[in-house]
Amino acid sequence: MSQTSPTTRRAIERPEIRHTSLWHQSVTIFRRNLIHIKRMPEMLLDVTIQPVMFVLLFAYVFGGAIAVAAPTGYREWLLGGIMGQTIAFASFVVAIGLTADIDKGIVDRFRSLPINPAAILVGRSMSSITHSFIGIVVMSLTGLIVGWRIRGSVLDALAAYGLLLLWGFAMIWVGILVGSSMRSVEAVNGVMFTTMFPLTFLSNAFAPSEAMGPVLRAIAEWNPISALVQAVRELWGNTGPAPADAHLPLQHPVLFTVLWTVAITAVVAPLALKVFRNRTMQ
Amino acid sequence: MGHDHAIEAVGLVKRFGDTLAVDDVSFEVPRGSVLGLLGPNGAGKTTTVRMMTTLTRPTRGTARVAGHDVLEDPAAVRRSMGLTGQSATVDELLTGRENLWLIGSLYGLDRRTIDRVSEELLERFSLTDAAGRVVKTYSGGMRRRLDLAVSLVATPPVLFLDEPTTGLDPRSRVELWDVLHDLVDDGTTLLLTTQYLEEADQLADDIVVIDRGTIIAHGTPMQLKDASGKASLVVTVSRAEDLAAAVERVRGAGLEAHVDEPARRITAPAEGLHDITRIAAIFDGSGIEIDDLGLQRPSLDDVFLNLTGHRADEDAGADIEDQSSSPAEVRA
Repeated sequence: MSQTSPTTRRAIERPEIRHTSLWHQSVTIFRRNLIHIKRMPEMLLDVTIQPVMFVLLFAYVFGGAIAVAAPTGYREWLLGGIMGQTIAFASFVVAIGLTADIDKGIVDRFRSLPINPAAILVGRSMSSITHSFIGIVVMSLTGLIVGWRIRGSVLDALAAYGLLLLWGFAMIWVGILVGSSMRSVEAVNGVMFTTMFPLTFLSNAFAPSEAMGPVLRAIAEWNPISALVQAVRELWGNTGPAPADAHLPLQHPVLFTVLWTVAITAVVAPLALKVFRNRTMQ
Repeated sequence: MGHDHAIEAVGLVKRFGDTLAVDDVSFEVPRGSVLGLLGPNGAGKTTTVRMMTTLTRPTRGTARVAGHDVLEDPAAVRRSMGLTGQSATVDELLTGRENLWLIGSLYGLDRRTIDRVSEELLERFSLTDAAGRVVKTYSGGMRRRLDLAVSLVATPPVLFLDEPTTGLDPRSRVELWDVLHDLVDDGTTLLLTTQYLEEADQLADDIVVIDRGTIIAHGTPMQLKDASGKASLVVTVSRAEDLAAAVERVRGAGLEAHVDEPARRITAPAEGLHDITRIAAIFDGSGIEIDDLGLQRPSLDDVFLNLTGHRADEDAGADIEDQSSSPAEVRA
């Protein structure tokens, strides 16, 4: 090679590298993530088959044994709970996708390109929101089939869906934090299952918290998921206001859902970004 | 700034906690040439590449790629270089063509350019037939080729390859070498890390030997072999009965001869080509018939063993603080 003098080398055409916006970069990565879902539709199991199974299981198997005060019955009451659980699992999806990308060196490849590294996270968030959106649609349809109805105003109903997406947004940060901290997809699975399942069950999602012992009830009612679940139930008209002896978050569920999401984002987001940066800058 | 240098490492240092992974590494790579960064596993090659490609921030020192400083203008560095990481970092769930689209789009190339460049690259890397298949179905060699193709979508003038042929079978390795030769002929500057001395010998104009985070030698493959100083003169006589006379003549020339009788071969430490001329002159007209007369240079393997005290394919080990080998700068 050293015998080739620079003058004899033929010049090659180098295509023009244009400056691109964060939006363009994020959408490109988002489209790539969508191809993943297309190639591996089983990635959607957690927002399709799994919640449907939960709806059927609780509505028809356990439902008879769970007494609720709601006048419209357990099935209607249940749906808000399943929605809350499913949206909390949005963090799972983000964490798994991110860990896989870091682990396989895809993140390094992206970072070696002239792009804003934030596009990796924004693109991942966009696919997570899409993922959650699919879940919300599937569950709404399943709910309609088993007898769930929206009994409030259209505006209230939309507000409930808005709260679910807001919650999904906060969960993205949790996902980024877990995804950046874990070394493998298996580790993410382990951590998420052992934390998210107890967290979602220790709430009012499947059984009313009024029936729990005082300590458990306090934990359940201060669980951020309970405020979300209570809020969407009230907005959809699937339950009346929480009983007078319920803890504060259930008395003002919409306000507390907003507060919880702001608090979770404020605490977790800077931490998640720091961990992501440290992990990928190694 | 040295604008005739496509890559410059200036006193790069990287510390991870108590471990000094890279300790004061400096070198330059002239435009259009190939530098081989040679060293065992854990020597600091990948960390050095990561610092030069903006993936890791140096603890001290800096690097310039195509004249851009990695600390001052990382974005310009990223526009000027391509990187093929140690593990083939292509997306397994995408097809070959989609992988090229993804990276091309992130580079900001328009769709028409991406399509044109992709087809050219797929053709060049013999991947056209597999382009519509999901990468998961590719062989190791195909992944490597696609990985390299992806790094070339924007035709960067500088290319970093971290152990590009690790895990490849010999045929795929040689195929990849051919592609790299072509790239360099086209004017691309290449920095490649390798544990394979043969690979550095084949591809590199210049070799930097790194061990336990420090540069222990720097030179052309030939210089490194010369510096090892153990070239041997090898004389093979045609008839066994001439051997004794031949040994006498070699010793008479002041060389220390070792005899391998069954092979009818005399080996003697030699300084260089002038020893060959001397010996050739001695045998000329002596009546002793010679089958072969030559200078046997040490292989890069010998060089590496000589410099580091261990073989290139052994791990460097974790005892980075324990520096037993002294740096031997052999730059000419």
